[in-house]
Amino acid sequence: MVDFLLNTVKPHFNFWVYVILMMIGLWSLIAKNNLIKKMMGLAIFQTAIILFYVSLGVKDGATIPVLESYGDYAEKAEKAEPAGPEVAPPDATPAPVVVNPADTYANPVPHVLMLTAIVVGVATLGVALALCEMIYKEFDTLEEDELLRKIKALHDDA
Amino acid sequence: MILSFDIIILIFLIVAAVIALNVKDLLSSAMIYGIYGFLICLLWAEMGAVDVAFTEATVGAGVSTVLFIATILNTRRRSSD
Repeated sequence: MVDFLLNTVKPHFNFWVYVILMMIGLWSLIAKNNLIKKMMGLAIFQTAIILFYVSLGVKDGATIPVLESYGDYAEKAEKAEPAGPEVAPPDATPAPVVVNPADTYANPVPHVLMLTAIVVGVATLGVALALCEMIYKEFDTLEEDELLRKIKALHDDA
Repeated sequence: MILSFDIIILIFLIVAAVIALNVKDLLSSAMIYGIYGFLICLLWAEMGAVDVAFTEATVGAGVSTVLFIATILNTRRRSSD
């Protein structure tokens, strides 16, 4: 048990927390009776997935993805790497190490993808809540069991 | 990533999610959902995703809380579970 905690849970504890959040959302979608609570669970489920994707772009010791100097790096890289595939003589001094500025900041690609996902998620949440309001106007309740009973009574009458 | 900050926010996230889903008063549930959104916003700023943090603070925590409150004020405030 302790072994499992140290070797499996500890190195990726954030992923475990995301899965717990996801399961909280799924549980509320299945087990909650109120439609608004279900929508809240859906939003929590979605944020857990977005958290997972954004955490894939995190690097150790990296800062926010803002490019500070572009031209400087290009000049240095040109000087450091001679053109052509010729092999350097074995006693030549090693070329100076040029740090690529992309290594010093977090990967911005998952950020941009998840930005879209957040906006789309809020739009779908708005549609879902509007549907909840329509259901309330029609049946005068948002509880699932009452709704099912009323719909069944409606079908029995018809 | 600052480890202790990360752990504290993740614990608060789980607590906020469970409380938001278990409170019977839907208006306080929506407010706790807003707290959850701002905690996630903090987590993203800490991960280096400042653009996502801005969007979450305005759209995720702000607009979706307003949508929840608008729906609750137009329907019923009490929930059975």
